Amino acid sequence: MMEDALTIAGRRMRSRLLLGTGGFPSLELLGEAIAVSDCELVTVALRRVDATPARTGGSSLLDVLAEAGVQVLPNTAGCHTARDAVITARMAREAFATDWIKLEVIGDEDTLLPDAPELLRAAEQLIDEGFVVLPYTTDDPVLARRLADLGCAAVMPLGSPIGSGMGIRNPYNIALIREAVDVPVVLDAGIGTASDAALAMELGCDAVMAASAIARAQDPVAMARAMRAAVAAGRLARGAGRIPRRHYATASTPERGLPEFS
Amino acid sequence: MIVLNGERSELRAGETLAQLLLGMGVDADGRGVAVAVDGEVVPHARWGSFVLEQDARVEVLTAMQGG
Repeated sequence: MMEDALTIAGRRMRSRLLLGTGGFPSLELLGEAIAVSDCELVTVALRRVDATPARTGGSSLLDVLAEAGVQVLPNTAGCHTARDAVITARMAREAFATDWIKLEVIGDEDTLLPDAPELLRAAEQLIDEGFVVLPYTTDDPVLARRLADLGCAAVMPLGSPIGSGMGIRNPYNIALIREAVDVPVVLDAGIGTASDAALAMELGCDAVMAASAIARAQDPVAMARAMRAAVAAGRLARGAGRIPRRHYATASTPERGLPEFS
Repeated sequence: MIVLNGERSELRAGETLAQLLLGMGVDADGRGVAVAVDGEVVPHARWGSFVLEQDARVEVLTAMQGG
């Protein structure tokens, strides 16, 4: 029996931390980070065979993931149009024998922010073709609701731009997204350190995806361990119910029985 | 002329996808590899019978660290 499991498209997972494989200095460190993070869902990209260095891609990467026992979540990273994203998703299904796709359609080179109209078009097409679509989206609650209404299996709003490590720039919107959709909300992009992951969970996110924050940390394996603890702590705090914020102090020690000395 | 992963290839029209992939060192089982010709995915099962036509644009993709 799995306590407090995360369920996406009928798949139950004990871990609420998703890991991106990009940026790890070596496959050995990636394997270690997966092990200590306890993650079950791990993203990979698709690139041309001749452009894939033997150490970081191809069958050796898949061997590491298979050995770790994780589910591969292919992405459409680098796609700028719905058409390219749809073709890439179809190729991912063929290469990895999975219907799951982390849908990314980028609209701007500098910020790597999603292109909303293209994202909606691609999501609709892929859902129509039977894919389990997890879209990378902005922190816009209305767009998140539109994606969920189309039939996306989860929504993955950004905290801040990919790889920026700027944390969650608009926590109010993330909380609004949690209220706006019935599917799991996975905070994706922008996580810089453990406190960002804990905040995402405290805001009500169902899971956190971390890539650069772990892979590019000075000690990726130690950061993977920290992220795991942060996600668990944030989840517990969310369930525990935080105290309201106040402008003035509220004494935690009773006034009754206080002595008077003059 | 065939365009393979964005570059002109020595391959001639009339060869099969399977022959092309063999030359690239792709395992016959095609694990972790997907192929599209002119934007259409060609499933593993059809690699042996799929004959490349003149000016075909072939993309051969595999897993890479990302996301």
